[in-house]
Amino acid sequence: MSQLALPAAAMPAPRRQLFIGTALACTAATMMIGSMLAVWVLLRERYLTEGFAGAAVDRFPGKYIVPEVASNVMLMTVWALCLFAQWAVYAGNRGDRAHTALGLGVSALMAIAFINAQAFIYVDMGVVIHDTYYGTLFYALTGSMLALVAAGLVYTTVAAFRALSGRLGETEILSSHALYWYFIAVAYSAIWFVVYVTK
Amino acid sequence: MTTIDTRPDTAVPGEQPSDSAVVSFFVGAAGWVVSTDHKRIGRLYLAAGSLALLATSVIGLILGLERVDDSAALLDANALLQVFQAYRVGLVFGAVLPLALGLSIAVAPMQLGARSIAFPRLALAGFYSWLGGLVLAMAALGANGGIGGGDSNAVDLFLAGHGLMILGLLASAVCVAASVLTTRAPGMTLRRVPLFSWSALVGSLGMLLVLPVAFGSIVYLFIDHRYTSLNFGGSEGIAAWVGWIFSVPAVVAFALPAIGVAAELVPVTFRARQAVRGVAFAGIALIGVTALSALTQQNTHAVTFDSSPLTFIEGAIPFVLLAGLPLLGLLIVMGLGGLTAKQGSSVGRPRIAAPFVFGFFGLGMIAVGLIGNALQGITDLELVGTTFEEGATLYVVYGAALSVMGGAVFWAPKMWGRTIADKLVMPLALLGVTATVLAALPLYLAGFVGQLGGIPANDPEVSAILSLDGVDGGALWMTLSLIGHGLMALTVFAFVGLMLKAFAGNGEMSEANPYGGHTVEWTSPSSLAPHANYEHVPTVASATPQFDMTADGSHS
Repeated sequence: MSQLALPAAAMPAPRRQLFIGTALACTAATMMIGSMLAVWVLLRERYLTEGFAGAAVDRFPGKYIVPEVASNVMLMTVWALCLFAQWAVYAGNRGDRAHTALGLGVSALMAIAFINAQAFIYVDMGVVIHDTYYGTLFYALTGSMLALVAAGLVYTTVAAFRALSGRLGETEILSSHALYWYFIAVAYSAIWFVVYVTK
Repeated sequence: MTTIDTRPDTAVPGEQPSDSAVVSFFVGAAGWVVSTDHKRIGRLYLAAGSLALLATSVIGLILGLERVDDSAALLDANALLQVFQAYRVGLVFGAVLPLALGLSIAVAPMQLGARSIAFPRLALAGFYSWLGGLVLAMAALGANGGIGGGDSNAVDLFLAGHGLMILGLLASAVCVAASVLTTRAPGMTLRRVPLFSWSALVGSLGMLLVLPVAFGSIVYLFIDHRYTSLNFGGSEGIAAWVGWIFSVPAVVAFALPAIGVAAELVPVTFRARQAVRGVAFAGIALIGVTALSALTQQNTHAVTFDSSPLTFIEGAIPFVLLAGLPLLGLLIVMGLGGLTAKQGSSVGRPRIAAPFVFGFFGLGMIAVGLIGNALQGITDLELVGTTFEEGATLYVVYGAALSVMGGAVFWAPKMWGRTIADKLVMPLALLGVTATVLAALPLYLAGFVGQLGGIPANDPEVSAILSLDGVDGGALWMTLSLIGHGLMALTVFAFVGLMLKAFAGNGEMSEANPYGGHTVEWTSPSSLAPHANYEHVPTVASATPQFDMTADGSHS
């Protein structure tokens, strides 16, 4: 058999690998949060119609009060976070190092503020995890969301190191980072509506 | 470089051999342990998955012995619950998932004309996460954990192990899907992607859709079981919430790359271009609908034939969508394979080699499993809760394993630089298909006569599954099934031995394209794909560049 080889090509154009990878990861995380919300709604409806442990239950345990200011501020925080992440993308594309740093810095600050607000809700509501059916559901769902936000904070840190340590021209990580926060905003909006509004 | 970095498009020299044997050994071992070469990561998955499949077949054999004679007491009665679960965990998380992903990781980047997989460190981290999770899950079963387990901490460990496995598999699936979407050589549009790589993409997307749903349930189960056991039925409730991941139709979505192996090998064997490639792509994508079927957990449908037309239609529509579309996809893939074979018959005699035999029979077994998946959905047949479901799962898992073995033999020249002799492998393909039929078909038949099956959640359910009272021919069916498991263990053992022999350098040195492959990875003049796959990134002008370069479209 003759030895054949294809001719060499020019170097392939960037295909936004990190952006696609982030999008795939966000898809998987959306499935996770979506399924957890589905289980939440399923059990809530089941307990409303069938009762829990032989007794009728309310839609939401009466002894707990949702701190609505904190939960609403968290919602505003994640959407504002998207704005700042997008600001970093805009600044990175223009080669503006100072504003990229500012955009990423404020994004990180917002993420920390979100985590702080979630911690406040935990303390203020005082949900006891082993008290009723509600405790485990509440901590599992909001804890998963918290873990995703913490992962986003790590992503912001990595993006800041990459973008500000001499690789400012590689703006793909900035747009991927922004995409992740858009996903977080959508996911938290759903959780906010189900857990804190309709309860 | 970080986890999200990709190998640069410049060749990197490999490790230099050392004079000292000890140093060489450690350097070689370290090269495997921390390798970011996708071929090595894929082979790590394949090796570990093969060993897990071997162990699972042996467990299936032992369980079969218990079923044939429940007074034999080969195992401690208290351990049977955990052994049943080790069998299911081994089939799905130990075998079909890593085997399908491993072959995808090892082969797809080469087929795409890429120098590397996307995010190679993430792929390697995924492997170790999966392996660690599998070890933890099995250790938990050994410590009286698992579904219905008596040790609370071990039950938690079982759930945590599954969570770790899922995270690892998801990480690797992201790498495969991102590779197909972003690392293709210049000129390779998505329509020019080889069928195997396309199936790897669809399979990876299926995993990305299905596995996170199981992960979400596991988070709930872990926290609930750890603190209250109020919402999900404690340890016995685990089967009700995540049992679907260990069965059809979820395993069909995981086995998609195995279907791609068979689709890839038909044109090669019959020396013809794939007929109507676009439709073949659609066929493979339709099989991916099983992911939706698994997600919605609509495994059964109220398709009743002696009811009003409206009731029948209400049950039949989801049945047709969720169970019928994957079957249609499989029919398309098989039909187009037949058409390709017919076109090739005008060129000359087909060259039927061992990889094709593996792939052909593997696809056939998966098809029987998919038909079983559709049949059990018809409630009027009363197959739910019987061994029929286990039979369908076995058909898919063992069939996928056969296909992956065929793929490993086919691409061995590029992965190992060696060819594995047909005369050695061909008997294994025939043994493997015999094993699959013997292991699974009796479970179908036993299911029709009412033998109880499923994933037991407590000891009474184990007793009910082991009992053959009132089941016509129950002992015969179970005897045949255990023989099938034994033969499959033998097949896998022999196959692993052959692969080790080839890996150790005792196989035949390979030509660059011994099977007459059509796709871009076969255009390399070297047998073993070099480090970073291609010295230069190739330009691709068709879906079958190697096929096009031969004068008459046939290899010699």
